[in-house]
Amino acid sequence: MNAGDFFVLLPVLVMAAAPVVVMMTAAFTKGRMRHATAVLLSLAGLAIAFAMLLVVSPAAPRQVTPLIILDSYAVFYMGLIFASSFVVTILSYSYLEGRDGSHHEYYILLLLATLGSAVLVAGSHFASFFLGLEILSISLYSLIAYVRVSERSNEAGIKYLVLAAASSSFLLFGMALVYAQFGTMEFAGIARKSADAAAHTPLLSAGLVMIIIGAGFKLALVPFHMWTPDVYEGAPAPVSAFIASVSKGAMFALLLRYFTLVDIRAYGPLFMIFTVIAIASMFTGNLLALFQNNIKRVLAYSSIAHLGYLLVAFLAGGALAITAVSYYLISYFVTILGAFGIITVLSGKERDADTLEEYRGLALRRPWIAGVFTAMLLSLAGIPLTAGFIGKFYVVTAGVGSALWLLVIVLAVNSAISLFYYLRIVVALYAHTAGEEAAPRLSLAGGIVMAVLTLLLLWLGVYPSPFIRIIQTTVAGLV
Amino acid sequence: MILLWLIIIPFLGGLLAWRSSSVNSVLPRWISLAALALDFILIIALWVQPGFVLSPPGGLMQAGGGMWIAEGNWKWVPQLGISLHLALDGLSLLLLMLTVFLGFTAVASSWTEIQERVGFFHLNLMWVLTGIIGVFLSLDLFIFYFFWELMLIPMYFLIALWGHEGRFYASVKFFIFTQVSGLLMLIAILGLYFIHGRDTGVYTFDYLQLLGASLPPAAEFWLMLGFFIAFAVKLPVVPVHTWLPDAHTEAPTAGSVVLAGLLLKTGAYGLLRFVIPLFPRAAFEFTPVAFVLAVIGIIYGAVLAFAQTDLKRLVAYTSVSHMGFVLLGIFAWNEIALQGAVMQIICHGVATGALFILAGSLQERMHTREMSRMGGLWAAVPRMGGLALFFALAALGLPGMGNFIGEFLVMLGTFRVSAAAAVIAAAGVITATVYALWMIQRVFHGPVGFKGEIPDFKGRETFTLAVMVIIIIWLGLYPRAVFTTAKPALDNLQKAVTVTETAGKQIHDGR
Repeated sequence: MNAGDFFVLLPVLVMAAAPVVVMMTAAFTKGRMRHATAVLLSLAGLAIAFAMLLVVSPAAPRQVTPLIILDSYAVFYMGLIFASSFVVTILSYSYLEGRDGSHHEYYILLLLATLGSAVLVAGSHFASFFLGLEILSISLYSLIAYVRVSERSNEAGIKYLVLAAASSSFLLFGMALVYAQFGTMEFAGIARKSADAAAHTPLLSAGLVMIIIGAGFKLALVPFHMWTPDVYEGAPAPVSAFIASVSKGAMFALLLRYFTLVDIRAYGPLFMIFTVIAIASMFTGNLLALFQNNIKRVLAYSSIAHLGYLLVAFLAGGALAITAVSYYLISYFVTILGAFGIITVLSGKERDADTLEEYRGLALRRPWIAGVFTAMLLSLAGIPLTAGFIGKFYVVTAGVGSALWLLVIVLAVNSAISLFYYLRIVVALYAHTAGEEAAPRLSLAGGIVMAVLTLLLLWLGVYPSPFIRIIQTTVAGLV
Repeated sequence: MILLWLIIIPFLGGLLAWRSSSVNSVLPRWISLAALALDFILIIALWVQPGFVLSPPGGLMQAGGGMWIAEGNWKWVPQLGISLHLALDGLSLLLLMLTVFLGFTAVASSWTEIQERVGFFHLNLMWVLTGIIGVFLSLDLFIFYFFWELMLIPMYFLIALWGHEGRFYASVKFFIFTQVSGLLMLIAILGLYFIHGRDTGVYTFDYLQLLGASLPPAAEFWLMLGFFIAFAVKLPVVPVHTWLPDAHTEAPTAGSVVLAGLLLKTGAYGLLRFVIPLFPRAAFEFTPVAFVLAVIGIIYGAVLAFAQTDLKRLVAYTSVSHMGFVLLGIFAWNEIALQGAVMQIICHGVATGALFILAGSLQERMHTREMSRMGGLWAAVPRMGGLALFFALAALGLPGMGNFIGEFLVMLGTFRVSAAAAVIAAAGVITATVYALWMIQRVFHGPVGFKGEIPDFKGRETFTLAVMVIIIIWLGLYPRAVFTTAKPALDNLQKAVTVTETAGKQIHDGR
């Protein structure tokens, strides 16, 4: 490695240094002060890392060791991840402030999870894939169980720990099998060798299927989705937001990179498997969401379905599909962060505001918050004027463009099913009942974050052109 | 630019009305009226601008061509070939007038009925109207779909939040029907987009560029079907009409007026503007099926209307019957039938809107829609009785009223294409007489079936309905105003079809 390599690695290095700095300063501060410093330092770390992205992006693409490639695709997704973590950090502050404890370890874990995600999106090798994934997962175990007094939180943490560990071992085994076949762990090398049809042996299939199991678990695709509702419900609301956005987005970005190099459409059985997974995820997520009365569980099941929609664009392949996936991810990030943000700002000290009953008649008590939540839910449903509409339109466009008629029609049907449960929540928001309990006051930081997310949501939905241009100039370089 | 304002004004008016409710619960109503009044002034200004009515511009449908009264084209998402292309011709103009007029009556009819969440109610009402205006102005298929979807959500809220006892079921059913069909249309739009893009290298959603697209026959059929289903659900065509009686019955009065008067018309407009011009060959091959569906709708709607005991449900089924005439007229595709369809669209909007206002007022006063619990109301509410009789007669197609002109011209035009369809449709006019008169008989005459005082119409309601009476009579006696306005637009649609057809044939034969 030389100076140039270190230069392009700067964003990742800053991300690695940030948790160390937070850890050390915690030794000199205490109480509320410690919490505030940890938050400020985390935010500063994320902001600097984001700024570094802009600094290094002219040097992209550059392969740093076989493990990491810093191309514009990685820069784009790192930017998305850092920005989302920034939002999650602010939400976490308003969530944790006033609860017992000093909380600096929470932010250390959050920063580490962000680092893991950043490594994932820049990974070009099975080793960096696995390292990134483990940094992310291990931080998440503790983050999910962070509220130690809550039984649900602990249960969710244990559940995630056991299942994630099992899925990691599948992933590792799968990588070993692929390595046994090809003798390389670099994505580019695998791509070169798998272009030869003779390489498609049962050994390779077994390896790939195991990798899909490992990745499918992280993405909560059916049938590896069982943990999702419990973890979303048990984890603190900002952590759920992080899992739904950053953790899944990073994994998806890596998969997209891998399967763009190794053309998925050339390998029939794999295409078939993903098609089945996509259809199953859409139906399972949407149908099960119909029966939930807990908002976090609804969002959990809806996220399963949304990953199914994303797979439609993923399977379409080509430049249009990569743009579609990226646009969809941006709009989904904004929306899901907003939705969990609402839950966060409405949550009291004791428990999260997550039952449907707590939202009934919210519009009368808190018209603006209800309005923002409505916008988020409508975006999840893909209604015009919101980001979700353009995102869904893009996905359908990619699907039709590659003539994936079955998937597109399943998507259309599911989109209609999903409206039922989103609108049920929206109608509850505007129900005419006198609400008794006053939700906690909105903190200034929380208010600003929600306002920014709402504006972004509308911007993405009304004037998507600038975003598409950014995506096309960065991400589309992958093909 | 003026077209953009037509869309922006009600949109902003709705937002303003929503926020103003915290000041005063009457303010949202006046703000909505003011926004509609502004729109109305703009539309009238477009209508009377010199040169338009007197010398209808000719020329083929094309961007910047002479046929548009007003046109605007802005880049929106150039990467995907989406532009904010709005244009207004005589057909759109008539429908816009209907939209804004029924908007007034919807606000007026909810003046006393809606007492809670007034601001949010008017937000939704104004946004439905925004979506509808957008649909009537769009010349870009993406923008069209955008507005098409945009109008559904506020409509859903109008039914789900301010509706009657079965509102949840009705609103969900309405939503799922329209949403699924809308997505089918989206897939068809994208199919057209990609086929045209691959043939010509130009990926665009622009209607005028897609008009001449030459499609393989099988693809043309499936794409046409995607559009047709979306519009058939809205129109509605039997067998996809089942959402309509529920939604119309459970909606608040303003919701019923907008649903029957305007939302159904977006389906008719879509058939006229998109299905036949974009897919002429497939549409003409489809004509026999459309005719059968139309006459089934006419007869079936009328028979079912006769069987209802719920007043609003009865009126809802008459819509199914009347919209059958519109479908017939559109697919007959000659000038007389098209003029009849346009006339029927406008008169049905006004007359049915009025009947829903009457039914809503009765429900507000008596807390029931059951006709068995009414009866003998004439003595108590002579004004309402008289007006109801008038609009019932309009609905059954009495000569001298606009609806007669519409139905008569549709049948005349259809007769040239298919005598059988015209003859069966004529039977629908007879059944209409039966249910309309029977409704008046049961509600306003016969033994007195209610107790207590029922106040008659006051100034506001009488005025609203009086204006509607004048419109119906005016259109019945002087339909030329509509004909001359619609003629250039309809001529151009017909010309476009001929051009698309011959172009398609040449390319097709060339292969």
